Amino acid sequence: MHMKNMALIVRTVSAWLITLVVVFPLIWLVITAFKTEQQAIAVPPQLFFAPTMESFEEVNLRSDYLHFARNSVITSLVSTVLGLAIAAPAAYSMAFFRTRKTRDILMWMLSTKMMPAVGALVPVYVMAQTAGLLDSLTALIVVFTLSNLPIMVWMLYSGFKDIPGDILEAARMDGANVWGEFLHVIRPLAMGTLASTGLLCLVLAWNEAFWSLNLSSAKAGTLATLIASYSSPEGLFWAKLSAASLMAIAPIVVVGWFSQKQLVQGLTFGAVK
Amino acid sequence: MNRLMPRLLMSPAVITLFLWMIVPLVMTLYFSTVRYNLMQPGDKDFIGLANFEFFVTDPDFSASVANTLLLLGSVIAITVVLGVALALLVNDPFPGRGIVRVLLISPFFVMPTANALLWKHMMMNPIYGILAQVWIFFGAQPVDWLTDHPLFSVILMVAWQWLPFACLIFITSLQSLDRDQMEAAGMDGANALQKFWFLTLPHLGRPIAVVVMIEMIFLMSVFAEIFTTTGGGPGNESTNVAFLIFKQALMNFDVGVASAGALFAVVLANIAAVFLIRMIGKNLD
Repeated sequence: MHMKNMALIVRTVSAWLITLVVVFPLIWLVITAFKTEQQAIAVPPQLFFAPTMESFEEVNLRSDYLHFARNSVITSLVSTVLGLAIAAPAAYSMAFFRTRKTRDILMWMLSTKMMPAVGALVPVYVMAQTAGLLDSLTALIVVFTLSNLPIMVWMLYSGFKDIPGDILEAARMDGANVWGEFLHVIRPLAMGTLASTGLLCLVLAWNEAFWSLNLSSAKAGTLATLIASYSSPEGLFWAKLSAASLMAIAPIVVVGWFSQKQLVQGLTFGAVK
Repeated sequence: MNRLMPRLLMSPAVITLFLWMIVPLVMTLYFSTVRYNLMQPGDKDFIGLANFEFFVTDPDFSASVANTLLLLGSVIAITVVLGVALALLVNDPFPGRGIVRVLLISPFFVMPTANALLWKHMMMNPIYGILAQVWIFFGAQPVDWLTDHPLFSVILMVAWQWLPFACLIFITSLQSLDRDQMEAAGMDGANALQKFWFLTLPHLGRPIAVVVMIEMIFLMSVFAEIFTTTGGGPGNESTNVAFLIFKQALMNFDVGVASAGALFAVVLANIAAVFLIRMIGKNLD
């Protein structure tokens, strides 16, 4: 018994220590966000200090944080809703009206996600430029929707597939049409799948950096773009950078905690259960 | 009606994805064979394979391919080895395991630009950064990470982001490990190392393969971390293929050469994708 207790203590202490080391940069970011700029670069680094909200206020006032936050909210929400609207019928059709081609279509959709984004950079940039959509929310929404679409179809398909076919048979006997079926039978059962798929795509769109850096700047820039503008080395800005970063990542980290399972499923296309 | 409906429901997704795939591909194929600079709009003369020749003979090209592979290989090795270790560490219950797991997964949800700047400034700054302070504490000379070891710095940032991903997948997979089998092996006198080698590792084979392939696809296009920290430099020391294509397209405005490079990147990614798709396909039935 004594040995077992020792092992538990060793395991607990080492797990906590290693975790704190791994997550330290994030913890430090949170701490720095509540410092003044002088405290942020103090040598040696300060762990104890009087916390201040001044960096948050500065970020809001000076860098137009709310403008970028608004863009992030709009692009990720609209692209998620749009994606669900396109993906749900497709996944529904594939799950409940399986044909010989269903598998091929699913694999093909998956293969489009395997293309590296940079492969499409030039044509997408040229198209956006030609259409006058550079630095527009529209361009970002379209690109976010399309790049998340395969994951959405895939996740929704695996969710819908688990709904027993008997229920549909029964509804069909009662004379429900496809739309009625979807609305009254599938939807209540599939709400969980829809929610988790939406959540994952929200996370992916919110954190998307490749397209937002290349297609947007001051007008349609998302929070990822705003944070990137803190790259320059001038001046004292670590506390402001931390405050801006904290505000940008906090909501999505919390969402992420709740969608861990979906994340594994969605990003591995169901290959790991 | 009943035959048409399923197709009708599927068509928006199929059509949009088809366009999303084929239009950029055709445009890239076309651009890669013409002289086309965004700063000089006008005639797009056909120049055959000259863009490919230019991209491949660019001295930055071989460096960027080497950097891409080094980045891929290092991050995959780090995340898989540490990911398995961490997953094993938190697999058995201990006080606060729930919190530890939530903390461990968090870096994955930090947007790449915030991640990159957090490391660039607060961790790696040679004077005020935490790493410099740690070095000083141990009596060592602080390192100017981004100047002296730019690629390693990028590797560290990207690995920090993807370690939680690997870890989370291994944790998920470990939960389906057969406990009875483990206990039986213990009764038969197998030690911890033997149990790990003959039971745990084979069980993790599939998730490891999945992590490797998914990271290959995503890490091929590592961009934001380089863009916000080193800018590919100094020189070309931290330029990967994705960043080189970006440089040709949006800094030199040479659409032709960038398109040739993009086709190269697509081929590179497809090598990984073929294996992944096959594996997932097997799992589908």
